[in-house]
Order: sequence, then C-alpha cells, then structure tokens
Amino acid sequence: MSFSVTDIRKDFPIFERTIRDGKRLVYLDSGATAQKPWAVINAQSDFYSKHNAAVHRGAHQLAEEATDAYEGARAIVAEFIGAAENEIIFTKSATESINLLAYAMGNAEKGNRFALTSADSIVVTEMEHHANLIPWQQLAKRTGAQLSWFKVTEDSRLDLSSIDQIITSNTKVVAITHQSNVLGTINPLEAIVKRAHEVGAVVVLDACQSVPHMKVDVQELGVDFLAFSGHKAVGPTGVGVLWGKAQLLDELPPFLTGGSMVTSVTMTDATWAQVPQKFEAGVPNMAQAVGLGAAFNYLSAIGMDAIHQHENSLTDYALKKMLAIPGITIIGPQSNDSRGATIAFTIADIHPHDVGQYVDSQGVAVRTGHHCAWPLAKCMNVPATTRASFYLYNDEHDVDALVEAVVGAQKYFGRF
Amino acid sequence: MELDSLYQEVILDHYKHPQHKGLSTGFTAQVHHVNTSCGDEITLNLTIENNVITSLTWDGQGCSISQASVSMLSDLLIDKNLDEADVIVNSFSDLMASKGTSSGDPEILEDAVAFAGVSKFPSRVKCALLGWMAFKDAAIQSQGESK
Repeated sequence: MSFSVTDIRKDFPIFERTIRDGKRLVYLDSGATAQKPWAVINAQSDFYSKHNAAVHRGAHQLAEEATDAYEGARAIVAEFIGAAENEIIFTKSATESINLLAYAMGNAEKGNRFALTSADSIVVTEMEHHANLIPWQQLAKRTGAQLSWFKVTEDSRLDLSSIDQIITSNTKVVAITHQSNVLGTINPLEAIVKRAHEVGAVVVLDACQSVPHMKVDVQELGVDFLAFSGHKAVGPTGVGVLWGKAQLLDELPPFLTGGSMVTSVTMTDATWAQVPQKFEAGVPNMAQAVGLGAAFNYLSAIGMDAIHQHENSLTDYALKKMLAIPGITIIGPQSNDSRGATIAFTIADIHPHDVGQYVDSQGVAVRTGHHCAWPLAKCMNVPATTRASFYLYNDEHDVDALVEAVVGAQKYFGRF
Repeated sequence: MELDSLYQEVILDHYKHPQHKGLSTGFTAQVHHVNTSCGDEITLNLTIENNVITSLTWDGQGCSISQASVSMLSDLLIDKNLDEADVIVNSFSDLMASKGTSSGDPEILEDAVAFAGVSKFPSRVKCALLGWMAFKDAAIQSQGESK
C-alpha cells in the first residue's frame, strides 16, 4: 500500500474544518499533541456508550467487557513496543510515568537496588524536556544524590566525550530523551546504555517524541524503563505509559497506593499486587487506554516504518526550503542525519511569538516559546524559538504554506 | 485583516523604538518578571519620591506586545503620582480583560488604547500585562520601603 497523505487526512475529521476565516488548517504542532483519527474517537465513544464499567471489579457482564477492552489495549501497547503485557503500566501522561518512577525510587528502602543516598548520582542531559529533568532534579534534592548531565554540542548533539566521567560507578539512574522535542535530535543510545549497565545503573528513556514517529522496540534499545504519552501518538489525552523490565518493576516499590493495587489489607498494613496492578491504584482512565489501543492499531496498519520514512523525506524537503529563507536560523541539526521531523527556528529581528501569531493568521499552527526545555534554550542562547513539528498527515504543501507564512511575517513586521 | 487590530502601528513603533529602556543606577524598587510560558522577561527599576514616580526604567527581551507595552507604560506613568498611576493601571487591566468589547479610555490610556485589539487574543493578554504586573509589584515594594 502506498503512503497517501490525502487518504490519511480523510481519517482525521479535524481537517474538514477551516480556521481563521476560511483558511486551510496547516497543523504543524504535533510535537505538542497529535490530531485524532475517527478510529480513536470512535473507540472511546464505543467504550462509553457500550461497555462502560469499572475494570477489575464488578461481578457483571459490563465489567467483564470493560476489563477485556482495557487489558486488550495493554496487549496492543505491549506488542507495539516489543514488551511483555505485564510490563506495561498505564498512567495519565508521560509526565506522570516519569514522576511515578522517580517517586517510587524515592520510596525505596535501604537494601533495595533503587535506594539513593548522597553517595549516588543521577545523570540527565541538557536537552531534556522539563518532564524528564525536574522529577530527577527533585529526587536528587530529596535524597542528597548528585545530579550530573551531558552537555549539548554546538551542532545540537549530546557531548559524549566525557561519558566515563559523567556516568560513574556511583551512578544509579541515567534519564535521557530519545528525541529532543525542540532540536529534533535523535540521541545515540548504544554507548550510554552500555556504560550505564557497566556501572549497574538503569537507563530511563523519554520516548514521547519517538514512539509516535518510528518503530521503537524496547528489546533492541536495551533500556530499562521507557515513558511516553498517548496523545502525541494520535491517541487520547489522559493516558500515558510507563514500561519497565519485569524484574525491575518487581523490585520497585509502589508510588500511588489505594484500591486495586493490593493483595491484602489490614488496618495497619497492606501487601502489594503483582505488576502492573501494583502501579495502577484507583479506577484507571479506561476509555483513554482503549483509545490508545485503537491509535496503535491505526498506526500499525499504516506501518511505523512507512510513517518514519514519510516524515524523514518531509524533513529533508522542509530543511532545504527553510534554510533558503534569508534571516532564518535552524536551532537543531542542520542536516537530516539522526533527526526527527521537528524543526525549531528563529527569524532575525522578529520574536517567535510574533512569528507564531502571523503564521497563525495564515492558517499555520506552530508552537512558540521554550517548549518546556528552558535550560536547553539557555544553552542554545535563544530566549525562545518557533517550532514546526510534522506527522503522518502533513505533506509538502504544508511545508510550502509554512515557508510562505514565514516570509509573509518578515514582510509584515519589516514595514517599520 | 484581524491581525492589524493586534499589531497597531503605534505598538510596532514602540517595539522598534522602545522608550525608557536601559536600567537606571538608582531605584527604590527593582523587580524581575518572567512570562513562564514563553520566556519573555522584564526587569523594571522604579523610583518614587514624595508619592510621585520620578523614574521608571526597564530592560527586557520578548515579543513586540510585551516590549511595546512596557515602553508605553513607562511613557504614561513617569511624573504621575501613585493614585493617578493606580487609575491608569486599573484602566489598562480592565481593557485587557474586555475580550474585545472595550476600546479603552483615551483620556486615561492615551496611546495605550492601541492594545484594545490584544484583548481579542487570549494568549497575548499576558504578554501585554507583563510590564504592568511588574510595575504593580515594584510599586508595592516601594511603598513597603517608605514605611
């Protein structure tokens, strides 16, 4: 089956509407959240209209159907990333996934492999989204552990030249993004995973910007934990995933406690259920999990390799077209080598917020600001950028519309 | 075009030629405010003598709306007493909260009525208010100092 953006766009009802007085919607903000196909919208709607009941609880038919749908979604997610079903924990977001992990580690008592003291270190990178920085920064503060980080080079890559000095025998956790949400840089993991495992540290991968866009197989990557959100992968908001190796999840203490994560409870004590239930206290976001299952089925039917290839050639086209605009600076790799379809840029003499406002008036939706990666913006020496991020439903016409709008912004603000 | 109601000429003029930009050495209060969603920032030095704003200088970086707004604010408030300043600040805050239903009082706000169009763009209201919130903060701190 050939990859047809025209056909794909028909699956997404939002593209039937126009914006800003009848203009075609050019949606280039999928890095923030992706649009939803009918398959996902209908899956949630069907859950609520036909099968709604609290999972893992009621002694009735609806509860059975709801549980089947929810656990069925877990199986789909597991297969999508090459994991075992009991290694998939549903959360409300990737942010919650990473916080769950950081707080659970903070709960580890002496003797547990995850217990941290002032003798330990946590390693992150300068290009992390706040969601994969602040939970670790704060865990370091609470435990006294040292926080170290890989710096970003001038060409927007991780500086791994001092890897052995940054990941040391004291390192317990290495938390790193798979693909930068600002730069688009795809990080090489092999050397980091190898070094981390050499010293007995676990590798936590923020896969928010990779899982929706390329084939991600946790076995191949060799990481220990991985987090992503559903809504960036054409799934619903309100559902995220934490994946971890089964043995590690067994050793990890729980974070949120309450209903359905226990095996026995007395007035003074409780024992924990097996994973993944140990980490899923309370009635979960069931319709959203089911919607995520539908999202992954939708993406799988098109094919993750085909999606990645499409985005890769679109990035090629966009980089060439954008670099030809006078006064533009691409913040991120200038070449299409090991980079995803996220392009952040600045325009001489026009603030990103003003660029964003003008291109919006032309129907082009982009994001502006520091993109929840404030330390990265500081190290790239830009207060803010404009970011265009592409997905399976974007094509070269969208790139052309962006380029035309940016040139229009230059004319508009160049009047004075 | 709707956009022209946002980017009035007088706004872009202040953006290109900011007034009272560059921090004074002395001040009764100095504040630093940041728009956390976009990173725009303003440092504002305020000097109040005998209840009158004798100096208001600032430095910052950000979009045309945030920078032009603080430029116009400094033009409006210098040499006003704190009661007069209060009336102007409240009038501007009301205009920003008007969601496009008010054109602003030119008697009070003078050129700053040009920001009326901003109130139709919810995501830009906080840009326009950045400098004004900084001033309010600085005025409170100054009054604290003088007590």
